[in-house]
Amino acid sequence: MTALTILFDGVAYGMLLFVLASGLAVTLGLMNFVNLAHGAFAMAGGYACVILVNRLGLPFFAALPLAFVAAALIGAVLERLLYRHLYGRSHLDQVLFTIGLVFMSVTATDYLMGSQQVFVQIPDYLRSQIDVFGLGVGRYRLMIIVICGLLTVALQLILGRTRFGSRLRAAVDDPRAATGLGINVGQVFALTFAFGSGLAGLGGALGAEILGLDPYFPLKFMIYFLIVVSVGGTSTITGPFMASLLLGVADVAGKYYVPKLGAFVIYALMIVILIWRPNGLFGRTATR
Amino acid sequence: MTAIPHEAMGRQLVAAARWRPAEWVFWLFAAATVLLFPDRYLILTEVAWLGLFALSLDLILGYAGIVSLGHAAFFGIGAYSAGLLAKHGLINEPVLALVVAGFAAAVVGFLTSFLVMRGSDLTRLMVTLAIALVLRELANRFSDITGGFDGLQGITVAPVLGLFEFDLFGKVGYIYCLSVLFLLFVLARRIVHSPFGLSLRAIRNNPLRAAAIGIPVNRRLIWIYTVAAFYAGVAGALFTQSSAIASLDVFAFDRSADLMLVLVIGGTGYLYGGLIGAAIFKLLQQEVSSLTPQYWQFWIGLVLVVIVLLGRQRIESAVTFVPRRIARLFGKEIAALPGGEAP
Amino acid sequence: MTYALETIDLKKQFGGLAVTRDLSLRIATGARHALIGPNGAGKTTVINLLTGVLRPNGGRILLEGSDITALPVHSRVLRGLSRTFQINQLYADLTPLETIGLAVSERLGHGGDWWRVLGTRADVNGEIAEHLARFHLLDVMGERTATLPYGKQRLLEIAVAIATRPRVLLLDEPAAGVPESERHDILAAVASLPRDVTVLLIEHDMDLVFSFADRISVLVNGAMLTEGAPDEVARDPRVKAVYLGEGADA
Repeated sequence: MTALTILFDGVAYGMLLFVLASGLAVTLGLMNFVNLAHGAFAMAGGYACVILVNRLGLPFFAALPLAFVAAALIGAVLERLLYRHLYGRSHLDQVLFTIGLVFMSVTATDYLMGSQQVFVQIPDYLRSQIDVFGLGVGRYRLMIIVICGLLTVALQLILGRTRFGSRLRAAVDDPRAATGLGINVGQVFALTFAFGSGLAGLGGALGAEILGLDPYFPLKFMIYFLIVVSVGGTSTITGPFMASLLLGVADVAGKYYVPKLGAFVIYALMIVILIWRPNGLFGRTATR
Repeated sequence: MTAIPHEAMGRQLVAAARWRPAEWVFWLFAAATVLLFPDRYLILTEVAWLGLFALSLDLILGYAGIVSLGHAAFFGIGAYSAGLLAKHGLINEPVLALVVAGFAAAVVGFLTSFLVMRGSDLTRLMVTLAIALVLRELANRFSDITGGFDGLQGITVAPVLGLFEFDLFGKVGYIYCLSVLFLLFVLARRIVHSPFGLSLRAIRNNPLRAAAIGIPVNRRLIWIYTVAAFYAGVAGALFTQSSAIASLDVFAFDRSADLMLVLVIGGTGYLYGGLIGAAIFKLLQQEVSSLTPQYWQFWIGLVLVVIVLLGRQRIESAVTFVPRRIARLFGKEIAALPGGEAP
Repeated sequence: MTYALETIDLKKQFGGLAVTRDLSLRIATGARHALIGPNGAGKTTVINLLTGVLRPNGGRILLEGSDITALPVHSRVLRGLSRTFQINQLYADLTPLETIGLAVSERLGHGGDWWRVLGTRADVNGEIAEHLARFHLLDVMGERTATLPYGKQRLLEIAVAIATRPRVLLLDEPAAGVPESERHDILAAVASLPRDVTVLLIEHDMDLVFSFADRISVLVNGAMLTEGAPDEVARDPRVKAVYLGEGADA
């Protein structure tokens, strides 16, 4: 394994993390809601993909958008039923509530799908490697980079350039004023939440092959998502993106070069960064 | 007006700190459990150390308003310290080992408190979570010392004070845990009624004003965080001494999360919440796990979700009228959790 | 001469915006000094700089001649610089008795005591009684602060600042939001502050300013416009201009 391969795998891993965590970056960053259960939506997308491909025999690429839809639907329903009651609450309440959801999703998945790790049957042509400038790269990872790259650009455009993006920002900045402007704040939040959950679901489906999928997924990756958001800062979408790439590369390189240290380096790094810059490495520093 | 106002002041202030009848009843009942439930020592012991652990979280959360997702860090330090001291015969006498384990946790608490003082609630949540994870990784990394995933094996605990040997039924173990709990409870009670304890409540209520009347906010928070770490360390040590094991899951996130639930069940800010919560939690756990051992966590999750959705305050004030009356009996001032709920 | 409180070329900017500009303020010992200025003049920033909530970008702050520019909030309080807040900042869950008791304990150096129950020291109790009596709070001393009527809370806000026994007291709009019926109590409390306490009053209400202050400083756009005795300031055409509109919205 060369440094370039590590870099490539790390970038693929990082981009995957970004798609997984971007929904959290939006709910936490824009809507100021601490959703520790974000990983549960990713897991839902992953299992949806497993069921569709492995059991129902759907083609992998047809299952991906359906995984998005499944997770988004679950997100929308839960948002309307539960989450929306907690927007105004303290972070502690939100944490307690979403930890509860994590525990429920973990055990419910265990009950329904079994506790063993599952894999999506991906098409054979994605399993091989191709040669890019003399570097053997996995096709699956290349596909991840392409898909996640496109999603990142799309996300950036949606948040920055569309009417929906400006509505969302208005709704977040001052819900009352936004309502006065005729913006349906509840609807905007619900759509945003559903979309973020959908992205997580898509990430879960794409990532099942690389990250491994089992009922403990939401707990295992919770800290990774939090790192992406807290290190990346919540004021832009570029911050979490850069943080994801850093984390991805650091994690892959760490596991290769210093396997014994495990995730220690990453956690320690997160603490240091949070102490050094509480608003995140790429976040705007508050001036007041 | 009273004839001699300043004596009236003193009386009224001291009255708030006086032991109430309900508290006597509580502790008499706790002592009576030794005789009443001779076949339940194991679960009672668990209630005792979990209660102490929850008391520790209440000191920082309920009184000082510091949120933590990684309180298991200190529990784990205490558990491993006690385990290693006993296993390698460094300190055989359990009480002394307990104190040393508590201090080990307190040192880590003191050092990490500086990290926790910075930033918002959200940063605190993540930093505390990450600290517990780092410690878990360290314990895993140095598996030649900690036994890694298998945990510390072959811990034997010497007789308490050289006199009382741990028995098979766990009677001595339970009396030991209960005594430690009681002593540390009395100390905590003393602390929260002192000017220091009151200043913590002032900080939780309004940090801006706290500093404006001359309270060194950060110094106070660092101290209580360190004290709470000591308590959690002792709880962890009791866990190891009474169960003769210490494994990686002492640091687990689930443990910190369960602890939150214990405190949420019992209520924060009056010291008894952790103890009552621990008893209810363990009873529930025993009942539910006997039905569906694998899926116990589902019910924990459900309870958390329901409690938060109903509103912790509302639960405390309206839905469960009786526990609030009980809390009152124990002298709980109407306290809100940090942050509170939006109206 | 040593002033009770003095600032020398105090500067503060947020980003590129200068909100305090070379402010030099001198408050004589025992003075009843008022700091006035239109909305947005930067009065709140000045208070935050004086009390240590904000750090200045330049300049110095002297309390009775000693430099306190680098001290944290609580140290300034212990040195004798206290404040009240425009919007009540009280401990909702604590009683007035506990609130005052806490302030007195801190001042007497018992604040870090974690063993003796509050209320067992005669010196602390005596002071608590004195403050509660002076601010008419004895009848509600055992009640939770959040449940007190607004006027009582306002009195407690001033009482707790006085309980730190300040030598310089910053009063930030003491009568703000107080209903007419309770206003008299507040004004009486302000008027009866001990003469040896230097007071800097930050106020909007001109009636109160001119009945209370013996010296007035006018702040506009973060800089000192003028300073003088009340009648001088009242006659100053620039002050009139500021208050009659031109630049008032700046």
